[in-house]
Amino acid sequence: MAVESLGSAPRVKVAPWNDPVIRGWVFQIVVVGLVGFLAWYLVSNTIDNLQRQKIASGFHYLEREAGFEIGDTMIEYSPASTYARAIWVGILNTLRVAVLGIILSTLLGTIIGVGRLSPNWLLSRICSWYVEAFRNVPLLLWLFLFYKLISEAFPGPRQAISLMWNSVFLSNRGVYFPVPMADPIHKWMGLAFLVGIAGAWLVARWARKRQEATGQPFPVISASLGIMVGLPALVWLAGGAPHHMSWPELKGFNFAGGTVIQPEFTALLVGLVLYTSAFVAEIVRSGILALHKGQSEAAAALGLSRGQAMRLVLLPQALRVIVPPMTSQYLNITKNSSLAIAIGYPDLVASINVTINQTGQAIENILIIMAAYLSVSLSISAFMNWYNKRIALTER
Amino acid sequence: MTDAMPAGDRKPLAPPVEDTGMIGWARKNLFSSWGNGITTIVLIVAVVWVLNGFLEWALFTANFTASTGSECRGGGACWALIREKFRYIFFGSFPYEQHWRPLFAVIAMLAMLVLSADRRMWNWRLLVIWGIGSFVTFLLMFGQIHIPLSLILFVALVCGGAGLALRSALATPSERMAYYALIGIGAVGLVLRILGVLPKWSIGIAPLSYVETSLWGGLPVTLILATYGLAFAFPYGVLLALGRRSNLPLIKGLCVGFIELIRGVPLISLLIMASVMLPLFLPSGTTIDKFLRAQVAVILFAGAYIAEVIRGGLQSLPKGQFEAADAMGLNYPQKTLLIILPQALRVVIPPLINTFIGFFKDTSLVLIIGIFDFLNTANQALVDPNWAGFPGEVYLFAAFVYFIFCYSMSRYSKYLEVELNKGTRR
Repeated sequence: MAVESLGSAPRVKVAPWNDPVIRGWVFQIVVVGLVGFLAWYLVSNTIDNLQRQKIASGFHYLEREAGFEIGDTMIEYSPASTYARAIWVGILNTLRVAVLGIILSTLLGTIIGVGRLSPNWLLSRICSWYVEAFRNVPLLLWLFLFYKLISEAFPGPRQAISLMWNSVFLSNRGVYFPVPMADPIHKWMGLAFLVGIAGAWLVARWARKRQEATGQPFPVISASLGIMVGLPALVWLAGGAPHHMSWPELKGFNFAGGTVIQPEFTALLVGLVLYTSAFVAEIVRSGILALHKGQSEAAAALGLSRGQAMRLVLLPQALRVIVPPMTSQYLNITKNSSLAIAIGYPDLVASINVTINQTGQAIENILIIMAAYLSVSLSISAFMNWYNKRIALTER
Repeated sequence: MTDAMPAGDRKPLAPPVEDTGMIGWARKNLFSSWGNGITTIVLIVAVVWVLNGFLEWALFTANFTASTGSECRGGGACWALIREKFRYIFFGSFPYEQHWRPLFAVIAMLAMLVLSADRRMWNWRLLVIWGIGSFVTFLLMFGQIHIPLSLILFVALVCGGAGLALRSALATPSERMAYYALIGIGAVGLVLRILGVLPKWSIGIAPLSYVETSLWGGLPVTLILATYGLAFAFPYGVLLALGRRSNLPLIKGLCVGFIELIRGVPLISLLIMASVMLPLFLPSGTTIDKFLRAQVAVILFAGAYIAEVIRGGLQSLPKGQFEAADAMGLNYPQKTLLIILPQALRVVIPPLINTFIGFFKDTSLVLIIGIFDFLNTANQALVDPNWAGFPGEVYLFAAFVYFIFCYSMSRYSKYLEVELNKGTRR
C-alpha cells in the first residue's frame, strides 16, 4: 500500500501472491469465512438444541403473565402484569440507580479530589486514605457489607430509630419519611420547574453574551437557582399552599403512610457512590494537576476573584482533561448497577434472570439485556462526546 | 580588623524555632490560616472519635477465642469466627486434609507473579517461569494432569509458526529448517489425529488424588481466574487492537464490533450468558466445566478492555516508526513483532497493571453463577447457623485480603511508571 501512495511512480508488476492488495483481501476473506463458519456452527447447534429441548423461540412470551413479585417498583406492577412490563420495571430501576449514582458520585468525587489537593495535610491524607480504601476492594464486597449492615445492624420496625422529631424512621425495612399528600398542584409545580430550567438556561446565555460584550459579570448561579425554585414555589402559593403531609406510622408489624427507601436500593446506591467517587476523585485531581500554575496566577493578575478564576479560567481547562475518563466512569456506574442482582434489588438483570428461569428462553432475554445496556451506554457516550466537543480546545 | 571575627567563624543563626521541626511543619501544613486550623481541629476530633469507636469494637471488647457464635454475642468484634473459618474462606470445599495443595498452589502463583514483576526476567525467562508455575499450580489443584497428543502437536505448530514469524530474517538455515519441521510435524499430526489415524493418546502425570473444579474454592480460584484470564486475554487483546488499527476494512469492522459490544454490556450479563447460553451453543451431549465457562467469559471480557489499553500504546507511536519499518522491507509480522509491539507495549505496562487490578476485583462477580471464589467462600462462611450475625467481621477480613493484593499491585504500577520513564525524563 506504501507503493500506491507514491502516486506518480509507475506501478511495479508483481506476482498476484505478492501484491499487498490481493493478499489483504485473501486474508480478510479467510478470517471472515472462519468467523462466519464459527457463527454458523454455533447457531446450527443452538437451533438443534432448542428443537430437542422443545424450547419455544420468539418474543411472544413478553405478552404472557409474569407471575413474580417485584419488591421495588416505580410504576404500577403486579404479578398479573406481563413479562414486558416486568422487564420495563427493571430498566426503570436500573436507570434510577444509575442516574442518582452518577450525580452523587460526581459531587462526592469532586469534593474528595479537591480535598486531596488541600494545603491541609490531615485533610489531604484522609481523602487519599478514602480513595485507596475504596479503590482496592471489590465493589461487590462493599455492596454485601452495606446490605448486611443495614439489614442486620438496624432494628426492626417496632424499635426503629426515629430522627427529626419522629418524622424519619430508620429500620431494617428501609428508611421511612413523610411526603406531601398527592395533590393536582404537583403536576403544575413540575411544569413550573421545567419552565424554570428553561428560564435559567436563557439567563445564563444572556449573561454570557453580556459578559463577553461588556465585561460586566452577572450572578448567574443565584439567579438561576432563584428561577428554578421560585417558579414552583409561586405556583404552590397560587394553588392555595396545600400542606397536608402523609406521615409514616407504625401499624402492626410495619410502617404505613409516608414513603420508603428500600434497604436494597440504599445499599446499592451507597456502595456505587462510595466506590465510584474514589475513581472520580482521582480523575478530578489529575485534571486540576494538569493545569499550569501560570493559569491561576494570570487570572489573579487580571484581577479575577478566586471564584471567577475557578469558573472562567481553571475549570473550563481542567474539564478538557476530566471529561473523557469521566465518561467511562459514568458508563461503569451504569454497568456496575447490574451487581444489584447479588443483593436483591430488582434491576434489569434481576428481572431478566427470573424471566430466563421461568421461560427458558435464554437467547431472547440475553438479546434484550444487551440491547438495553448498549442503548444506555451509547446514549451516555454520545452525550458526553457532544459535551466534550463543546468544551474542547478550538485551534484555528 | 582585630575585633572583627574571621569570616569562617561566623555561624549563621539557627532559623526561628517556629519554622523548623515538628512545630514548623504543623504551622505550615495544619494551621496555615484560621480556616485551616479549624478544619484541622474538627478533623482531629472526628478521627479520634471514629478510631476510638473502631478500636473499642475491633480490639478491646473483641472476642478471639469463643467456640460458638452465641458466646461472642453482646461484645465487640467476633474474630473467633475468622479463626474458626479461615481455612474454609481461603480454600473453600477443597478436601480438608489436602489443604496444603491449594496453599502451595497459591504460593506457586504468587512466586510466578512476583518473579514476573522483576524487569530482569522480561525475556525468554518469563516463558519458563510461567510454564513451570502453571504446571505446578494445576498439578497441585487437579492432582492429576493428562496432556493429550493433540495439545502437544498444537504447541509444536504454534512454536514453529512463532519462531518463523519472529526470526525468519535472522535465523540460520538449520534453525529455519527446525521451524519448518515443527510446523510440518504439528500440522500433519493434527490432521492425522482429527482423521483418526493417530490414536487418542496422552501423557498422564498422576501423583495425587484427583480433585474436580467444583470443589475448588477461595483464594486459588480468584487468583487463577484473574491470572489466567489476563494471560489468555493478553494475546487476544493484542490481536484485537492490531485488528482495530488495521487498514483492512472487514477485519477492522469485526474487531471494532466485538470490542464495543463487550465493553457496552456488564460482565454479569456475559457470565449469565456463559452459564445459560454456552451449553446451547455446543452440540448436545458435550458439557463444559462451569469453572472453564466462567474463565472463558472473563477472557472474552478482559480481551476487549486490554485491546483498548494496547490501542492507546499503538496510537502513541510516531508514524515514522511504521514508515521506517516499511522502508526496511519488513513484512507485517516482522514489523509488528520486532518494531511496533516492543515499543507500544512498554508504554502500556502501567495501565495494563491497573486493568489487571480491575479484573482481580471483577472476578468476584463469578459468585453470581455459583463459583466459589474468595468473596463467595467468605459469604458462605456467614451461612453457618452457629455463627450467624457477624457479617462485618467476615467482610472486613475479606476486604483486607483484597486490599493487600490490589494495593501492592497499584504501588508496583506506580513504581514501574517512574522506572520505565527514566530514559525519557531528564
